[in-house]
Amino acid sequence: MGTIDSAIIKANQESAGALIGYIPAGYPDVETSIEAAVALLENGFDAIELGIPYSDPVMDGTVIQQTTTHALEQGFKVADFFAVVRGITARSTKPVLTMTYYNIIHAYGLEKFATNFVAAGGVGVIIPDLIVDEAAPWLAAAKKHGLETIFLASSTSTDERLARISQASSGFVYAVSTLGVTGARTSLDQSARELVTRLKEQSVKNSCVGIGISNAEQVKEVLSYAEGAIVGSALVTALVEGGVRKLAQLATDLVKGKSR
Amino acid sequence: MTLAETPGPYFGQFGGQFVPEALVEAITDLNDAWQSLKNSKTFQDDLAALHRDYTGRPSPITEVPRFATATKSNARIFLKREDLNHTGSHKINNVLGQALLTKQIGKTRVIAETGAGQHGVATATAAALFGLECVIYMGEVDMKRQALNVARMRLLGAEVIPATSGSKTLKDAINEAFRDWVTNVQSTNYIFGTVAGPHPFPEMVRDLQAIIGQEARAQLLEKIGALPDAVAACVGGGSNAAGIFAGFLDDESVKLYGFEAGGSGIDTGLHAATLTQGTPGVLHGSRTMLLQDEDGQTIESHSISAGLDYPGVGPMHSWLQDIGRAEYRSITDAEAMDAFSLLSKTEGIIPAIESSHALAGAIKLGLEMPANSVILVSLSGRGDKDVETAGKWFGLLED
Repeated sequence: MGTIDSAIIKANQESAGALIGYIPAGYPDVETSIEAAVALLENGFDAIELGIPYSDPVMDGTVIQQTTTHALEQGFKVADFFAVVRGITARSTKPVLTMTYYNIIHAYGLEKFATNFVAAGGVGVIIPDLIVDEAAPWLAAAKKHGLETIFLASSTSTDERLARISQASSGFVYAVSTLGVTGARTSLDQSARELVTRLKEQSVKNSCVGIGISNAEQVKEVLSYAEGAIVGSALVTALVEGGVRKLAQLATDLVKGKSR
Repeated sequence: MTLAETPGPYFGQFGGQFVPEALVEAITDLNDAWQSLKNSKTFQDDLAALHRDYTGRPSPITEVPRFATATKSNARIFLKREDLNHTGSHKINNVLGQALLTKQIGKTRVIAETGAGQHGVATATAAALFGLECVIYMGEVDMKRQALNVARMRLLGAEVIPATSGSKTLKDAINEAFRDWVTNVQSTNYIFGTVAGPHPFPEMVRDLQAIIGQEARAQLLEKIGALPDAVAACVGGGSNAAGIFAGFLDDESVKLYGFEAGGSGIDTGLHAATLTQGTPGVLHGSRTMLLQDEDGQTIESHSISAGLDYPGVGPMHSWLQDIGRAEYRSITDAEAMDAFSLLSKTEGIIPAIESSHALAGAIKLGLEMPANSVILVSLSGRGDKDVETAGKWFGLLED
């Protein structure tokens, strides 16, 4: 299983940069979410960020919320998440990350979550409501099991915080490109470019920009200054509207943004 | 350091700042502003003037002997009358402080969540008073339960936005308010209504509500020359309880009791008894006791009282329970409504259903305690907003 770091470096050697796609585990069901993730990876995405449905997703926009709520209503359990990870890693060697709210991991047990995620083939964890200041217990568990932890950086973060985020993160730093919750934006915030520049000043090697990317031109724009682009809501919208087929079409289109 | 002044972000193993990075600057600025303002004489003088001239403080304490007799209480029962505050509850104490602070940090827009509508009404009131743009998030279910408070907020010039996700109650209103804050952080201050949420909210809201306990302590000492033996308050998020407890936390002889919503009964699973039935978890920015399943998914709470219908609780209450300084019990809807009716009939005071949980708790304490004990109850709000609910419960409405 490749690390996220090597996947990003490879993508930057072979193309303009890495493309990472978000898929909610268990939507519309366990099997289809595996197919969706595999479709992205087979169509040129470099890594998967697998969401764990949660009852109180304060950082998610409407589209993602609707799918994760649907998954929970269908009886989705955290145990199913590990099945989805195994399903993907059985068919692809590209890195699988998870994006999950902290209480899911907290309730499962930090050690147990890290152990089971690694056993299923997962390599990295993004926790949008865990800041570096609160992360010591999780980082201890993650390091012990060789898991990478990706922290978020915001345009409102001070340089002092960016330095701490840079130090605590492994794999990459997730740059939040617009203030706000996930949801496709028609144009990308100029502040993302500035944030990535500030992250480089803090010796961050890999910055991936997320939140708001919905077409190939935006992917190209982001990859002109960042090492990776993260796409979420646009992919989930395609999945909702036209299933894995429409998702794969969008993926093919977005991947065009990787060409130099 | 006294217990009453325990600073955040941690209260024992509870509290913290579990927020998105995008909010760190906002809560840091808020904390810096609060730490400097809380020791500023000008700020405290301005706030004291508002309490006196606008809210009508100090709120009185009232002994309720007919209520005590009717409940065969061994104890004398005194009510701290937060129901008599302008806007009808203790919530105004907190919002005036936070609205003053909003002005100080130069923001022009405030947002708030509300359950019963009391915090929303109080925030809309303060926003009107200070000329701030105001948006209130309220669960769609709560908007139906508390339609009059929705109209009140709109009359005061606030925009009320329904929270339509999840259980469509208080917790979902908080989610929506956090989403708004992440998006509009440059213009907007979030006036949080209770002692939950990320630091500095638990500490700040407790400090702004501490006036309840400080006044009551002085008033009781003046009236009966002694401290109470027990203090009773209802607990949803726990702000009125934190406020009245603050006056007595360092008086070892005073027993502190918080009463949370037992809903239809603990055994039915339909309740909001977070402290007595929950487990530690992370929700809405702090580590605290929660109603959650084995996967960490929040379990929807149930209570006849919108203000107590919350699956989390302020972290300091989780801590006070942990260290044994306060005891928490649950009161069912039926017990609360009996107390609601009894206080109305015996004393001519219609309490909020939230506060009726504290009254029902005091009834139980009065039977357990020795003769001549004194119980102080936080009557956190008035029941005008609950007349329709009570009318239906007791069958008092014409078809």
